[in-house]
Amino acid sequence: MRNFMMAIALLLALPVQAALSVLTTVPEWAALAQEIGGDKIRVAAVTTALQDPHRIEARPSLIARARSADLLIATGAELESGWLPVVQRESGNARIQTGQPGYFEAAAQVRMLEIPAKLDRADGDVHASGNPHVNTDPRVYLQVGAALAARLAQLDPAHAAAYQAGYTAFAGRWRANLARWEQQAAALRGQPVVVQHKSFSYLLDWLGLKEVATLEPKPGVEASAAHLSRVLQQVRGQKPRWVLRAVWEGSRTSDWFAANSGTPLVVLPFTVGGSDAAKDLTSLFDDTLARLLAVK
Amino acid sequence: MNRISVSMLAACGVLASFPAAAADADLQALREEIAQMRKSYEQRINALEQRLAQAETGRAQVPTAAPAARASSFNPEIGLNLQGALTSTKLDPASWTLQGFVPPGAPEEVGPPRRRGFTAQETELTLAANVDPNFRGYLNLALTPDNTVELEEAFFQTLGLGARFTLKGGRFLSGIGYNNERHPHVWDFADAPLAYTAFFGNKLSAEGLQLKWLAPTETWLELGLEAGRDDGFPGGARNKGGSALGAAFARTGGDVGIAHNWRAGLSYVATDPGARAYDGVDAAGLATRVSFAGRSRTAGADFVWKWAPNGNPAEHNFKLQAEYFRRVESGSLSCAERDASGACGGAAGLSDSYRSSQSGYYLQGVWQFMPRWRLGYRHDRLDSGTTRLGPALAVTDLPQLAAWQPLRNTVMLDYASSEFARLRLQFAHDNSRGPGLVDNQLWLQYVMSIGAHGAHKF
Repeated sequence: MRNFMMAIALLLALPVQAALSVLTTVPEWAALAQEIGGDKIRVAAVTTALQDPHRIEARPSLIARARSADLLIATGAELESGWLPVVQRESGNARIQTGQPGYFEAAAQVRMLEIPAKLDRADGDVHASGNPHVNTDPRVYLQVGAALAARLAQLDPAHAAAYQAGYTAFAGRWRANLARWEQQAAALRGQPVVVQHKSFSYLLDWLGLKEVATLEPKPGVEASAAHLSRVLQQVRGQKPRWVLRAVWEGSRTSDWFAANSGTPLVVLPFTVGGSDAAKDLTSLFDDTLARLLAVK
Repeated sequence: MNRISVSMLAACGVLASFPAAAADADLQALREEIAQMRKSYEQRINALEQRLAQAETGRAQVPTAAPAARASSFNPEIGLNLQGALTSTKLDPASWTLQGFVPPGAPEEVGPPRRRGFTAQETELTLAANVDPNFRGYLNLALTPDNTVELEEAFFQTLGLGARFTLKGGRFLSGIGYNNERHPHVWDFADAPLAYTAFFGNKLSAEGLQLKWLAPTETWLELGLEAGRDDGFPGGARNKGGSALGAAFARTGGDVGIAHNWRAGLSYVATDPGARAYDGVDAAGLATRVSFAGRSRTAGADFVWKWAPNGNPAEHNFKLQAEYFRRVESGSLSCAERDASGACGGAAGLSDSYRSSQSGYYLQGVWQFMPRWRLGYRHDRLDSGTTRLGPALAVTDLPQLAAWQPLRNTVMLDYASSEFARLRLQFAHDNSRGPGLVDNQLWLQYVMSIGAHGAHKF
């Protein structure tokens, strides 16, 4: 039976692609893989920065693309649990199943924040492994990148040296970027901030910003008017410098809060492609910081 | 300081007390020793500096929390879907029938309203887990308000068989059509489309094997074949061994820009019931038992189109869904009565040829006009065609099969407080029972999911 299947597989195989085919759930890991893999890989993200990464449909085109992928890079921490398992199963692609070398989770390489002490959906859309939005802290790209370079080398040993060199070059540039950004943002440390959804916990952690309120009463639960009024009262004395929202989040709550509290609203790109300026990882954080610093 | 100078003096004293020749060799040895010590300290300092640098970049590689090693760690994902409804109907639900069509098995909770008042529709209990690196197991039990347990699905599925094949075995919902594989808790309306009720008894369930193959094309193209037992409608009571149900499906789909996605499919179901029976009445109102044996072939087409601005359905989205089925049956129909005097030939019964060609479709649209709120409309239409009976059978003795074109219009409004809880208000205007028998059906339904909640298909 197996031989028969193999024979069919050989007959049906398209002309073998030289480059490793990498599919990522969200744009930031595609950008990172591109930095490391260069021309040794073909990489594409299945979502855009304007889409809520929790709420993606396991649509036909996505399954078709997963079918031929050699490596699937996900954020993990249950961010994609509403759609990715279907894509993996329906793809009929053994390489990208969970537990295989062809499945890589970025969050597994990172120290997680906001790991819930108890799991209860009465607390809203909680993730057992912690807040999954690790991509908003630029420091994680070093750790994720190192693990990813090793994984690429494992899947494509012929180009192992190229992946390692790609990572080393990226890490050098990235450390310089980090030093520059941390210097730029030094004055922001300790500034009070209001967020709409807990999308930026890692960014806040990096920059040392002080989150004084979240507009969502619970993760994934939209705020009621009564709740917003309470938040408004609560933060009045703290004079938050910004209210933050990711570009894919609904606008109503933060618009209302900004208008009624006088707090400047900043829409952050969140990931590569989230704004005109955020074309790659470096410009993503350049733009993020520029938007934060623009509010005096 | 004192201690160092004292020890240096002591060292000098020791050195000075040696004869000169011996002192040269010893000095050399000491120099080497000091050089070695310096080298070793430099290495250790370098290592420490590296560790410091790693710590400074923020997060040293912290292994993620290891899963707790408890005996229950290997327990499968368990999910429970609670569904219930408050229904109000103008006509008695017990009198519901689909005029012009063979009754599609026993009434079910997921079909047209079965009773008035409060009903705990179907409670679905789901268990799923990977068996080993090659297989996944899945179980879905439907607990009905009649206090029975229905084995909805119990199957294994391969995880990457190779060459993009997937094999499924056990009892499963057939892959035909669009709605068939979807469990009631993800439906957009409280009840099944009429076409599914008429042609498959709300859903086509198969017991056997399903082989799916994904074509190596840029556009998604999936082909599937199923073979198995088919004790449920439209099959039934086949005596020959082996496979009784055969089904095939092909589906494709893709994106149009970033905001639009679509899926389209074709399906075919073949089954040869040996004695598919229903209870009816003859022209005189006497109870009859009508049984069909022969070929049943159903072909279908389905289409789904989804729209969301920027492909982000969280705020607004629209879904259009349509399916069409056509069933051709030919064989023999027998009609028997418990009373010997009846027109249907009494207990001995009459039997003659039977041929029908019936079709039906539904078209529905669901629009999320603001986060959590959706408005939907569904149009169901069936055509019984004209049943052709052999001369021994009189159509008046088979009033259930008299031609009719059932029509149902349904509107619904639902609110989801989260993706795990939904409340739905639904109103239907239904003339399935026949000429002049119009029913109004009002539903107030809840759908709640607890525990592990599997990802949903497109």
